[in-house]
Amino acid sequence: MDSKVATGAERLIECLEAEGVEYIFGLSGGAAIPIFDALVDSSIKLILTRHEQGAAHMADGYARATGRPGVVLVTSGPGATNTVTGLLTAHMDSVPMVVITGQCVTDMLGKDGFQEADVTSITYAVVKHSYLVRRSGDIPRITREAFHLAGTGRPGPVLVDIPKNISQGPCLAPLTSEMDLPGYSIPSHGSPDNLDEAAALLSSAQRPVLLVGHGVVISEASKAVTQLAERLGAPMVSTLLGKGGADETHPLHLGMLGMHGTAYANKATDAADLIMSIGSRWDDRITGKLDEFCLGAKKIHVDIDPAEFNKMVVPEVCIEGDARLVLEALLPLVDPLDTSEWLARVEAWRKKYPLKYRKQGGLRAQHVLDRLDALTQGRAIISTDVGQHQMWAAQFCKVTESKNWLSSGGAGTMGFGLPAAIGAAFARPDQDVWAVVGDGGFQMTQAELATAAIHNLRVKCLIINNNYLGMVRQWQELFFENRLSGVDLEGNPDFVKLAQAYGIKAFRIKRPGDVDRILSQADAYDEGPCVVVAEVVKEDNVFPFIPAGATLSDMIIEKPTEKLAKPTGST
Amino acid sequence: MSAVVHSLPDEAQRTSDFHRISLFVKNEPGVLARVAMVFSRRGYNIESLVVSTAAREGYSRMTITSSGDPETLEQMIKQLAKLVDVVHAIDHTGDAAYETEIALIKLRCSSDERHEILQIVEHFGAKVVDFARDSLMIRIYGSSEKLDAIRDLLGKFEIAEIVRSGKILMARGRATT
Ligand SMILES: Cc1ncc(C[n+]2csc(CCOP(=O)(O)OP(=O)(O)O)c2C)c(N)n1
Ligand SMILES: [Mg+2]
Repeated sequence: MDSKVATGAERLIECLEAEGVEYIFGLSGGAAIPIFDALVDSSIKLILTRHEQGAAHMADGYARATGRPGVVLVTSGPGATNTVTGLLTAHMDSVPMVVITGQCVTDMLGKDGFQEADVTSITYAVVKHSYLVRRSGDIPRITREAFHLAGTGRPGPVLVDIPKNISQGPCLAPLTSEMDLPGYSIPSHGSPDNLDEAAALLSSAQRPVLLVGHGVVISEASKAVTQLAERLGAPMVSTLLGKGGADETHPLHLGMLGMHGTAYANKATDAADLIMSIGSRWDDRITGKLDEFCLGAKKIHVDIDPAEFNKMVVPEVCIEGDARLVLEALLPLVDPLDTSEWLARVEAWRKKYPLKYRKQGGLRAQHVLDRLDALTQGRAIISTDVGQHQMWAAQFCKVTESKNWLSSGGAGTMGFGLPAAIGAAFARPDQDVWAVVGDGGFQMTQAELATAAIHNLRVKCLIINNNYLGMVRQWQELFFENRLSGVDLEGNPDFVKLAQAYGIKAFRIKRPGDVDRILSQADAYDEGPCVVVAEVVKEDNVFPFIPAGATLSDMIIEKPTEKLAKPTGST
Repeated sequence: MSAVVHSLPDEAQRTSDFHRISLFVKNEPGVLARVAMVFSRRGYNIESLVVSTAAREGYSRMTITSSGDPETLEQMIKQLAKLVDVVHAIDHTGDAAYETEIALIKLRCSSDERHEILQIVEHFGAKVVDFARDSLMIRIYGSSEKLDAIRDLLGKFEIAEIVRSGKILMARGRATT
């Protein structure tokens, strides 16, 4: 072979450089060796993880913290299948990601070659799109398309499977290539008719609520959404993923709504006469029992994906477009409203039903997270794992800026928190990243402590250790007569020693009196990553709580005394 | 968002359990699997599926007849249109689209039975395409109802095999398929 002809792998890496890729998160193996080899001479930094799931969540965290696609590189077979949970997580939450998998040589496809897995088939249901590269000449086009698809419209993960003979063989195609995507278009600012209809509905509202979803974060619509809320005098409520889409410390912001949302956010949504959802898909964690969801309210739905319209609720007006562009087009059409009476009612709920917790009788996770919020005041990026600690973090940590809140919503993936925080720390090295994780989920990807340590990242991992799979224990306590089954995390290691074994500084919080002092020490620690282990009470429950499949008015604000019926919703 | 074109179901379509959908797709490996998944995930049964090359090189046509909950139809059409390889997805349920289907029917028959069979064949404008000592192969095309009718009439003879192509359709006039 002419030494000047690039290999497929070299061409691929050039394409990634042209896309502005800074980091690739991955783990090597036979079918991907040519690509790893080409990375040696590249400006792109390769971050070796300890598990491919870790790599996928790091790319996800990188993407959520920047809005740019995160990139993963793994080998064929088990390397590729280990990314499936990461693909699901990104797919459910519309996170841009490009996952490159090695594949066995084309001659062996379908013949059970060593480490062959039909990954394109395995992943159809969890990607926005995928490719199996059959000609090296397609590499430039496919790479461009992959990044375009991942990052535009409703973002999502794209998988590119590259057989080893393609990456190793010559690639004669030039670096630049035209995309060929006749079936793909990106909505922009909505139709004028729909905007007019929406403006008319808004102007006749007396009790409007703006529902801020992930779309607001993705399209960077924070300013427009806040302007609209102020113009209308409309309270804002946020989905789990919409946190930070509008400043949660804004006087009109009521925090998160839904299953574990604040009582005042839920009461306001329930009493509203107009709900405008901006980039939220009316997830079942928000609507509860769909047939009875906010029947008294008219609804406006702004979404970039028309497949979301009429899927859950059937709104009066649907506007297909990018949240920021739609809001910017809508603002000039909307006149100020006088909602002072409405806002007074909302404020009364805020006073009557504050988030609360006990400071005596043992250390509480809520106390730790409340103080973490007071300490960091929105300065830090917060990533979470999944479980009770996640819901408490969502309640107590007020996110003031877009892209500062990273949490697995749609998939609810345990093991997400730490690697996502690591990805974010690479993306935004000037900021602290707090990973709030449970003792259960942390252990699913804890090996990535090594990655944090090696790169000396500003990751602070707060382990809320209740020695239980707490969220499941809560359900068993409340709905299954406290018949605990498969939730006791007996055998947990000493997390402080575990961190130390990786050469990571570790702190322990045992008593309520330790909270402020230890958190400040950890916050001030600047020599690398650290772990803070909060040894919290074993049995505590997240309230408010709307059981799955119930309605907003069924919200349980405090621990009930009588027995509860089993929830009818799915989970 | 990949929907360059999609037409949403009207009242008649929403209330029918039986749907006729045409797709114009990029001819990429995997497109059939992706399309099939949209149906199966929503509990739709594919009654027939015809894939053929389109007039434009590199593209294919799919004609799908399917039964399932009409409530989910709008969702399904949108999910199909959203697939990156699908250029457009159109529901023709209730439209006056022209549709046709071909069937091949093999009958075992004695020479005594042939006469009546040939009468039926002639009546339906079908054609005998294979004539053997103890069997006949008949080709017929037309509406699916017509094919069902001849099948019923021939039912009194010994039907060895039936192969039906599945429906293909084309929108009339200026409407897009
Ligand atoms: C990968 C995965 N497996 C199982 C679950 C179901 N699940 C949801 S929350 C939870 C408990 C999490 O326990 P822990 O990480 O200790 O957090 P805690 O609820 O105690 O704060 C479980 C098992 C899940 N969400 N993800
Ligand atoms: Mg726990």
